[in-house]
Amino acid sequence: MQVNQEFRPKIVAFCCNWCSYAGADLAGTNRSNYPADVKIIRVPCSCRVNPLFILRAFQRGADGVIMCGCHPGDCHYTTGNYYARRRMTMLFSMLDYLGIEKERTRVEWVSAAEGAKFAATMNEFTATIKGLGENKRLEDLRCKTQ
Amino acid sequence: MLRIGVFVCHCGTNIAGTVDVKAVAETLGKEPAVVFSTDYPYMCSEAGQNIIKDAIKEYQLEGVVVCSCSPRMHEATFRKAVAAAGLNPYMLEVANIREQCSWIHKDMAEGTAKAIVLGRTAVAKVQLNAPLTAGESPVVKRALVIGGGIAGIQTALDIAEAGYPVDIVEKEPTIGGKMTQIDKTFPTLDCSSCILTPKMVECAQNENITIYSYSEVEAVTGFVGNFSVKIRRKARFVDEDKCTGCGACTEKCPVKNAPDAYNLGLSNRHAAYIPFAQAIPNVAVLDKERCIKLTKGKCGLCSTVCSAGAIDYEQQDSFVEEKYGAIVAATGYNPINIDGYDEFAYSQSKDVVTSLEFERILKADGPTEGHLARLSDGKQPKTIVFVQCVGSRESGSAHGCGKEYCSKICCMYTAKHAMLCREKYPDTDVYVFYIDVRTPGKNYDEFYRRAVEQYGVHYIKGMVGKVAPQADGTLDVQASDLISNEQLHVKADMVVLAAAIEPDKSARPLATMLTASMDTNDFFTEAHAKLRPVESPTAGVFLSGVCQGPKDIPETVAQAGAAASKVIGLLAKDKLSCNPCVAHSNEMKCNGCSSCANVCPYGAITYEDKDFSRRKDGTMMRRVASVNEAVCQGCGACTVACPSGAMDLKGFATSQIMAEVDAICK
Amino acid sequence: MADYKELVLTASGVNPLKCMRCGKCSGTCPSYDAMEYHPHQFVYMVEKGDIEKLMESKSIYTCLSCFACVERCPRDVEPAKLVEAVRLAVIRQQGKNHLKSEQIPDMVDEELPQQAIVSAFRKYSK
Repeated sequence: MQVNQEFRPKIVAFCCNWCSYAGADLAGTNRSNYPADVKIIRVPCSCRVNPLFILRAFQRGADGVIMCGCHPGDCHYTTGNYYARRRMTMLFSMLDYLGIEKERTRVEWVSAAEGAKFAATMNEFTATIKGLGENKRLEDLRCKTQ
Repeated sequence: MLRIGVFVCHCGTNIAGTVDVKAVAETLGKEPAVVFSTDYPYMCSEAGQNIIKDAIKEYQLEGVVVCSCSPRMHEATFRKAVAAAGLNPYMLEVANIREQCSWIHKDMAEGTAKAIVLGRTAVAKVQLNAPLTAGESPVVKRALVIGGGIAGIQTALDIAEAGYPVDIVEKEPTIGGKMTQIDKTFPTLDCSSCILTPKMVECAQNENITIYSYSEVEAVTGFVGNFSVKIRRKARFVDEDKCTGCGACTEKCPVKNAPDAYNLGLSNRHAAYIPFAQAIPNVAVLDKERCIKLTKGKCGLCSTVCSAGAIDYEQQDSFVEEKYGAIVAATGYNPINIDGYDEFAYSQSKDVVTSLEFERILKADGPTEGHLARLSDGKQPKTIVFVQCVGSRESGSAHGCGKEYCSKICCMYTAKHAMLCREKYPDTDVYVFYIDVRTPGKNYDEFYRRAVEQYGVHYIKGMVGKVAPQADGTLDVQASDLISNEQLHVKADMVVLAAAIEPDKSARPLATMLTASMDTNDFFTEAHAKLRPVESPTAGVFLSGVCQGPKDIPETVAQAGAAASKVIGLLAKDKLSCNPCVAHSNEMKCNGCSSCANVCPYGAITYEDKDFSRRKDGTMMRRVASVNEAVCQGCGACTVACPSGAMDLKGFATSQIMAEVDAICK
Repeated sequence: MADYKELVLTASGVNPLKCMRCGKCSGTCPSYDAMEYHPHQFVYMVEKGDIEKLMESKSIYTCLSCFACVERCPRDVEPAKLVEAVRLAVIRQQGKNHLKSEQIPDMVDEELPQQAIVSAFRKYSK
């Protein structure tokens, strides 16, 4: 491993199709920069995100996972983001219990009109993760391919 | 492993400017399953699409990945192209390397590296794609409108006009709703009946419209395009087909003390009655609580005088079962019960009335035959006080009967009442106590200003604190005037309370039957507050009028028309193509716990007892979930709720999302 | 002074921001004419933090503590509780919370005795 290489975190972003994914598209249309470390996975709704997906990402070596959904009350499926919020709260308290920095996961509501917010959120989140450094606690070395 | 083709788009320089597209195509071409990989300036162009089609045939591709703009932009385009080449359209994935890569990164190396990861992620996902077929469900070309007020009437007329049969279910003996009771309408002051009754007649005459009056919806099953509805036709003890509406029975009926609901109980009617002169259908009803023949078995006078032989004391409730493609809720509203407001002396004095009662007093067919008169002594009131916001804009716990929302119509009808009083009886002093006057709407504020400037109505900012009946028959109205900062006492002859409105009580059980959601105030929720205001989140259920939220007549009619156009759009289709990305339950894993059904916002999940025994003795019955694909919208809430992992979402399967996660983290 | 506002808000448990300025409290108040500041003004002044003016005003003793304003308020603001809290602020200010009951009659208007009794009762019955 090279010593002086800048730490580039792996960040997975789950975005709901109707608000946040569209918000991410808008960030692109507006040419609002955010780090290339963020890679987006499209899901129909934030309620499709199983907390296990987040644990899976950590297990596979992700340094941060962020989930974005419609603002409370704006869910395309009416109540999906409420379920998501509850599930994530559960996950956060579990991460706390396990002693994992819960700052590595985050929930953010980004509407289809909030391209700037999306970019700002991603910049901020990436900076946080860079501050936290590499995720070593949850990464399962057996999953490493190289 | 599927044979996969990768197609990288330059999008002119939009992508190629910051992403080395050739390198992307080349690197992805080395992925194990990728058998073909290329790049092209504009993949979405005809020529670009042909490259995809040709490659599918030439390389027997089983999955396609297009690295291009956002799937929200061209996913449908590429799906069509893929389908044209004979591949299932859902065997395609789009890697978003424009909006989420080239446009936000400036560094070529960085952009290229990310584009490769995104492409690899799409390849990993498409490996696990399964061919999906959008299900089709037939559409019954008939609509049901529940509620026969102006909302229901307008919706039904618009649907019928487009050529589709439509049934109106109205729980009262006549259609027409609240508008029949209203005297004049704002802001034009034209007579309510004059504009409503022609529409009621039109409903009765339109061949496409069937009116089930004095009927209620009993049960609803099915889903969009294919609802089955059971309608209870309450016994009216009069044969609707024979009755001519001559009114002989109502005249001869010896019972004269039944409270007249049309006049809100301010006057009495006979036990045999037709609600009002222009009722549709113009058919009599026997009040089974009051009719002597029905309660005591004697009398039978109406039957003797009925020359049409329409009276039928033996009539029972009957049921109609019908199939509908779409259902419109138009259940309307009622003023709230204001008995809890002791300070306004509503239950103590006959001269304290609600605004709807005041409409009856003003209207020619009301208890005073249109003369402005006190109900206590029949004298013409010289001073009238209007109190706005009675029960509206109250926090939940204040009186226990108020509503937190603004009822929206009161400011305007109070201005109308005040104006009518001053116009017909210029010697009347009219006070309006208000908290705020809210008059947005075309010509509305002008209307209110006319009440003040032209008609000299005294608008006073401040709320009435107390109404005390006096020995001389007047009412002492104690109120604050917040502008002049003083407490007033008005000696009034009549007090009119602008009571808040609330959804009709029938709405809640109806919503349960329709699995349509409601807010805490029992108003139906719309699918999207801004963009889908007349649709319920439950597919095939539409909303018309005040059942969705407080509205005046023009707004109600506009919404009724909008609901009708949505219904027509639905009924115009022969088949509904369903979203194939829906939930699916693995019966072998399902333990029937109901977790999924509990979180489903659409009621798409039902349970059935299924026999899993190999032998035919039926000994292994298990309760398993099954998803109605026509109703499921594919949100995926159930997939996470399922404790045994039986629920999965097609197109966004757990395995697919996991594969994406793995590819990104690699 | 902000301290007084804090005291009044904590002591009363009232949130004056809930007020929608309808004036029903003043419309219903039986001792309105005896007041310099009326119930609705009370709520607004507390919101603005004008507590000292209220503390100096006789209005806090002309309030009958009949709670009609509390009963009738459509927004659950409870103005009478604010009045009571302002009285409390006065009392605390004077005797550091150690006011003797026999001092009270001298502090209030001769013609309006019952408010003091009500206040004293509230204070000393706790």
